[in-house]
Amino acid sequence: MNQHSLKKSQEFSQFKILLPILIPIIFFSLLPLGRGIYLGFTDYTLGSSIKFNGFENYFQLFKDHYFWKSFQVGIVWTIAVSFGQLILGMGLALLLHSGIKFFSIYSVLIVIPWAMPPIIRGIVWRQIYDPDSGILNSVLMHLNMIMHPINWLSSFEHVIPAVIVAGIWGGVPQTTIFLLAGLKNISTDVYDAAKLDGAGIWTKFSKITLPLLKPTLAAVLSLNFLWNFNSFGLVWVLTQGGPGGLTRLPMLAAYEEAFRYGYVGYAAAIGNVMIIILSVVLYFYLRIQFKEQVKA
Amino acid sequence: MRTNNMQEIVLKGIRQIIMLILLIYLVFPFIWLVSISFKSTTEILTGGMHVIPKDFYFDHYRSILNDSNLIQSVFNSLVVSIFSMTIAVMIALPAAYSLVRFKTTIKNVVLGWILASQIFPAILIIIPLYMVLRYLHLTDSIFGLTMVYVVWELPFVLWMLFGYIKNIPLELEEAAFIDGATKLQYVYRILFPVILPAIGATAIFAFIISWNEFLFALVLMKNPENITLPVQLSRFTGMEGQARIGLLAAASCLATIPSLILFTFMRKGFKSGLVAGSVKI
Repeated sequence: MNQHSLKKSQEFSQFKILLPILIPIIFFSLLPLGRGIYLGFTDYTLGSSIKFNGFENYFQLFKDHYFWKSFQVGIVWTIAVSFGQLILGMGLALLLHSGIKFFSIYSVLIVIPWAMPPIIRGIVWRQIYDPDSGILNSVLMHLNMIMHPINWLSSFEHVIPAVIVAGIWGGVPQTTIFLLAGLKNISTDVYDAAKLDGAGIWTKFSKITLPLLKPTLAAVLSLNFLWNFNSFGLVWVLTQGGPGGLTRLPMLAAYEEAFRYGYVGYAAAIGNVMIIILSVVLYFYLRIQFKEQVKA
Repeated sequence: MRTNNMQEIVLKGIRQIIMLILLIYLVFPFIWLVSISFKSTTEILTGGMHVIPKDFYFDHYRSILNDSNLIQSVFNSLVVSIFSMTIAVMIALPAAYSLVRFKTTIKNVVLGWILASQIFPAILIIIPLYMVLRYLHLTDSIFGLTMVYVVWELPFVLWMLFGYIKNIPLELEEAAFIDGATKLQYVYRILFPVILPAIGATAIFAFIISWNEFLFALVLMKNPENITLPVQLSRFTGMEGQARIGLLAAASCLATIPSLILFTFMRKGFKSGLVAGSVKI
């Protein structure tokens, strides 16, 4: 068999094995996705016929004050939550990796937020932040840190930090587990050598751990970026995007446009703009990964 | 040497203290949820800082048993999650194997889809998906939602299995092929038991992805008999508000238990770095 037909037959036999995943992927992912991207270039509203209108949606988006605000909130939220998760996750991973006592108890406890569906995360934090019966106000008033109960989720100054704290909380476990796995992949020989050279904790961290962990850190941070930018359930339960649209993340904005007002085409256009932003994140991630591979 | 020892002890103490602070942040919200699920509605609404309820109150849990809508939604969630998890893992296993072994164009297409699927906002898929499902007469059906979740889990399942299978030595399959096994026989009879722990971990993640999923279920399921647990719980938060918070807390605790049990099973996995294979992206 010559090279060409060998490749052909390989291609075909792989196609056969992949068929059970290709069919659902095509029907439930690729086709709807292509259709969705196309809808972003139409004036489709629920119940009407679909008409192509080119870039009309995007000119409108450009002038839409609410859209800009929602993207602004989305980016603030995404950056704050992703970095918060990374920093806390890194701290936890280092602690767990340091041969800490009670490791097995801790490793079970830290996954608790992850085990809760986003809707329930929202329910819990709404209860904590509740102005009248919430425990946060009770504790702060007991400690004399505040005089009057604060309405965390409906005050303009407090709502964004409040939502971010809840958002970080939900993603710390995943981040920790991924980083812990990354730490375990670093060979202990490197540390032993550094110890012989008399390196301190900080030197070991900044000169060995951090550089060797860079690919994992980049992967975790990019994935968190993608997931947080697309998040919906938690904030939906906490604030429904309020007060005054202050926490209206892009997904909530798109959901409202499509299902409250019926502007499906417009909502799809918002989705298309989100793809552009997320592709930029993905591009940087791939570049870092690629550079690492070239080095290695 | 002595000062070194002192340093070590102080360092250990500091570590435990930082750990404790982080644990309070991570664990307390759940403890609080459990706590209010055992409080009477009056006690919840008066506030206060008692983690242990003044009187243990079990009526919220009792009323869950009487709430047929809630029971139905738990059942729906279980069915959808278990079936989608099983289907996703079973069809992904040979696929992941072939993605590791063959270097063809389709391989790159599938790997590209796995990565790209993470950046597409669900909102873009959801409306056309509704149209596709309507065409197939699968709207508002448990089976339709199961298939949607299979595809929703696939990128993750494929990626994890891909990572594990990559580390399996080639000799294993060469031996199997010499004994006359076909590729599918090798995958299901030999590879499957060898990477069973990894498959278990993958399946757990797949289960939790659909158990937690909200947006698709919210949009695709309309009939009250078909809705899943997260959607059912979100209905409580809107209309009745604080009046049924105890019931809501109790139901939320129950909804957390399956994932919590599964994660506890995986504890060994975290320790041995089982998850590591999948994270080498």
